[in-house]
Amino acid sequence: MVKQAAAGRPNHLFRNLNSKIASIPMILVASVIFLGGTLWTVIYSFTNSRLLPRLNFVGLDQYERLWASSRWIISIQNLAIYGILSLIFSLVIGFVLAALMDQKIRFENTFRTIFLYPFALSFIVTGLVWQWVLNPEFGIQSVVRSLGWTGFSFDPLYDPDIVIYGILIAALWQGTGLVMCLMLAGLRGIDEDIWKAARVDGIPMWKTYLLIVIPMMRPVFITTLVIIASGIVKVYDLVVAQTSGGPGNASEVPAKYVYDYMFQAQNLGQGFAASTMMLLTVAIIIVPWAYLEFGGRKRG
Amino acid sequence: MHDTVSLRPKSSVSIRELSLSFGSVKVLENLNLDIRDGEFLVLLGSSGCGKSTLLNCIAGLLEPTEGQIFIKDRNVTWEEPKDRGIGMVFQSYALYPQMTVEKNLSFGLRVAKMAREEIDRRVARAAGILQIEPLLKRKPAELSGGQRQRVAIGRALVRDVDVFLFDEPLSNLDAKLRSELRVEIKRLHQALRNTMIYVTHDQIEALTLADRIAIMKSGVIQQLDDPVTIYNRPKNRFVAGFIGSPSMNFLTGELAEEGGRPVFRTNGTSFSLDGYDAAQPLAPGRKVILGVRPEHIKVDGDISGGEVHEAVVDIEEPMGADNLIWLKHAGHTLSVRIGGARRYAVGAKVRLAFDMTMASLFDAETEERI
Amino acid sequence: MANISTLNTTVAGIDAVSSRLASGPRGRKPRRVLSRRNVMLYGTLIVAALYYLLPLYVMVVTSLKGMPEIRLGNIFSPPLEITFEPWVKAWAEACTGLNCDGLSRGFWNSVRILVPSVVVSIAVASVSGYALANWRFKGAELFFSILIVGAFIPYQVMIYPIVIVLREMGIYGTLTGLVVVHTIFGMPILTLLFRNYFASLPVELFKAARIDGAGFWQIYFRIMLPMSLPIFVVAMILQVTGIWNDFLFGVVFTRPDTYPMTVQLNNIVNSVQGVKEYNVNMAATLLTGAVPLIVYFISGRLFVRGIAAGAVKG
Repeated sequence: MVKQAAAGRPNHLFRNLNSKIASIPMILVASVIFLGGTLWTVIYSFTNSRLLPRLNFVGLDQYERLWASSRWIISIQNLAIYGILSLIFSLVIGFVLAALMDQKIRFENTFRTIFLYPFALSFIVTGLVWQWVLNPEFGIQSVVRSLGWTGFSFDPLYDPDIVIYGILIAALWQGTGLVMCLMLAGLRGIDEDIWKAARVDGIPMWKTYLLIVIPMMRPVFITTLVIIASGIVKVYDLVVAQTSGGPGNASEVPAKYVYDYMFQAQNLGQGFAASTMMLLTVAIIIVPWAYLEFGGRKRG
Repeated sequence: MHDTVSLRPKSSVSIRELSLSFGSVKVLENLNLDIRDGEFLVLLGSSGCGKSTLLNCIAGLLEPTEGQIFIKDRNVTWEEPKDRGIGMVFQSYALYPQMTVEKNLSFGLRVAKMAREEIDRRVARAAGILQIEPLLKRKPAELSGGQRQRVAIGRALVRDVDVFLFDEPLSNLDAKLRSELRVEIKRLHQALRNTMIYVTHDQIEALTLADRIAIMKSGVIQQLDDPVTIYNRPKNRFVAGFIGSPSMNFLTGELAEEGGRPVFRTNGTSFSLDGYDAAQPLAPGRKVILGVRPEHIKVDGDISGGEVHEAVVDIEEPMGADNLIWLKHAGHTLSVRIGGARRYAVGAKVRLAFDMTMASLFDAETEERI
Repeated sequence: MANISTLNTTVAGIDAVSSRLASGPRGRKPRRVLSRRNVMLYGTLIVAALYYLLPLYVMVVTSLKGMPEIRLGNIFSPPLEITFEPWVKAWAEACTGLNCDGLSRGFWNSVRILVPSVVVSIAVASVSGYALANWRFKGAELFFSILIVGAFIPYQVMIYPIVIVLREMGIYGTLTGLVVVHTIFGMPILTLLFRNYFASLPVELFKAARIDGAGFWQIYFRIMLPMSLPIFVVAMILQVTGIWNDFLFGVVFTRPDTYPMTVQLNNIVNSVQGVKEYNVNMAATLLTGAVPLIVYFISGRLFVRGIAAGAVKG
């Protein structure tokens, strides 16, 4: 007992002290910025802050105004169309490309380099290139017309009805390479013996993919889905570069709405309300996923 | 607890009422263990039995939830690993890949800011003992598994400590190297006479190296004894089944009396218990388990008297030096070890006799030795 | 061959087994190079590859043409007369709404932002990841979970609070402020990356170092760092491309004279003043994309590993 006292257990707070000191930035970012900042924004979305944030609560006023704004409605519609289509197309294209790449092809590295390089580029660069390629006077439309199809019309960037598809094309060009890479990693993670077994059993390749491989890749699909989805909600730079939200406000998206109200229209309350709606959207995607992924694991 | 120190002046490492739990999972429970000065103690058990956890507690790499640890009569329960006077050798060698062998050996001494000459002296000594002088300038990646493990032992050696901890040091090596290094470790222990605590799941290592073996299961020490006692007089059915390969034969039945002498009765036949050294009275009617090792069943020509039974050969497994035959007898399957030269055809009839002086009887309920 | 041997066997009347060995399929099954499967497979891949390469090609040829040629021809035709003038103009003379010194200003701004941001964000995140992997303390996992969930929160939600915090600290609109922002938003993915990497290293190494008496920083600098070069390269690739490509933080947290290259580029191309010079625009776009593209082509597999490590485990 005397010896025990001599050893002297250090104070609980100071045990592992260096680790705690080293983690201060992480703790601050997690608690102050991520948690605190989010709460702050949500709280201030119930105020009538304009140029400066002020705690003058007005209930759900900002939200009522938000949902009454045609620009917001268009933003949400665009996000829905863009979101659903880019999810479907990037998953399908990404998976098909990955499956093709997985056929022990030659020049695999070359193909992968080609499919993935757009992902290294910024959304600004992507948006500007496609703005040029889709330019009605010089781009694809004029080229096809000059080949003889004079009636050909493909002018997404200046047609409010289809402008969002023009952005979708650019986004798919930029992002499917990543999806392909993830899918390919998933395919490579599948036991070789599965393929051997399917071949011995005489199951056609497409059926093996559909009935065996894809179900086995469920985790990869889900993570990919979450990654794409959270990227979709954030989409901002691409629209700014490609259309600046135009023509009119036909290609507005929520992230741009938030930015414009916060930093240009000096209507902070609106910006906060809109960003809170964005948060809600992400929560709808993330919470079920997190529950499935982590909640289930703990119990199991 | 005040007098533990004075009560056991000769112990090198003492564990007192040690418990450790991760959340609700209890890994070690109220464990007591005294290791004598200069003793080679092996902690033996299957994976998850808590043996490595116990070793990590002794090393100070894990914090116990309860209890105390003494090394050289000093309470080190709250001490940092480096201050405990221990050296440790790991299964995966754990050599720092970017450092040469020499730097690996001296890292701890350099961290402790020891004088250059002293470091050189100790490294040279360790390298000499382990015969790794030619390897000193190499990186771990350029060494074979056996050489790496030698360096890992060297790292413990340079620390000049009283207690060596080995965490399955040979498990990553192939069978041939393993037996070579096993001998070397034994030689090292004989030369240094340090206290060594050695964790393994390999019973051959345990039996060959240990002064005493502690067999663990579910965080509890089942038996702590010298290898011969562990092998021949296992304290309970678990120890009996764990040690020995091929495993001991177990027959369930009950005690009875025939002609005033105790017998073991099973499936209508009975075996005389003459010669069995019972620690408790053999009360008739008690449900028991009889354990006999394959080499303690004699067949045909080997029988030198006593009670003889008939059996039929079921399967034969030639293993080179030995030959293992599986016999069917009274609804039981018995494995019997015989000389490698003797062969039996499947279906052949054999006579067998149990060597009751080497058998074990366990209570069917408690599975404790009778 | 087959015919002769069949003939021989019938004539000589050798037994059935050896005749079966002589005739019929033998050895490697012949395969046509232009099988239907291969045509479909490589056809699809090549068409897809062309689609992915098309914009890059258009960028390059447009940037090498003069404006008259652009007005006449189509965007896919190769330049008749190669000129590098658009590149020079994009670099040194192109106008945004505010100034006319081209992209060079944005380039150097981006470099000034990039270097400290990459260094600081990786330093902070690697130490956090190391603490999480090897020196866990009570509550550490909770903060880490918040961090990971935070990675999915739209930036727009947190931007204004950060503006306030930086303003309070007196670094809003400065380079330091932007470095802090990049460190904050790089933290979830990088911390995860480093935590997983350090956790994948054999824990026995860490234990051995502790027995050798090394402490938190000694183990980090002398044991972990030298073993972790690949993951630092991966983190660097991730951060260099990520920070270089950033637009939103650049707009929000810098002032016009310190705008990064992406913002400068957008202002040049989408400037409403003056005549549209598509060749200059494309040269500017290529110049801006050049840095991440070079990183991508040089790093190759590591780039893939970086995004996969970041993405799959995220």
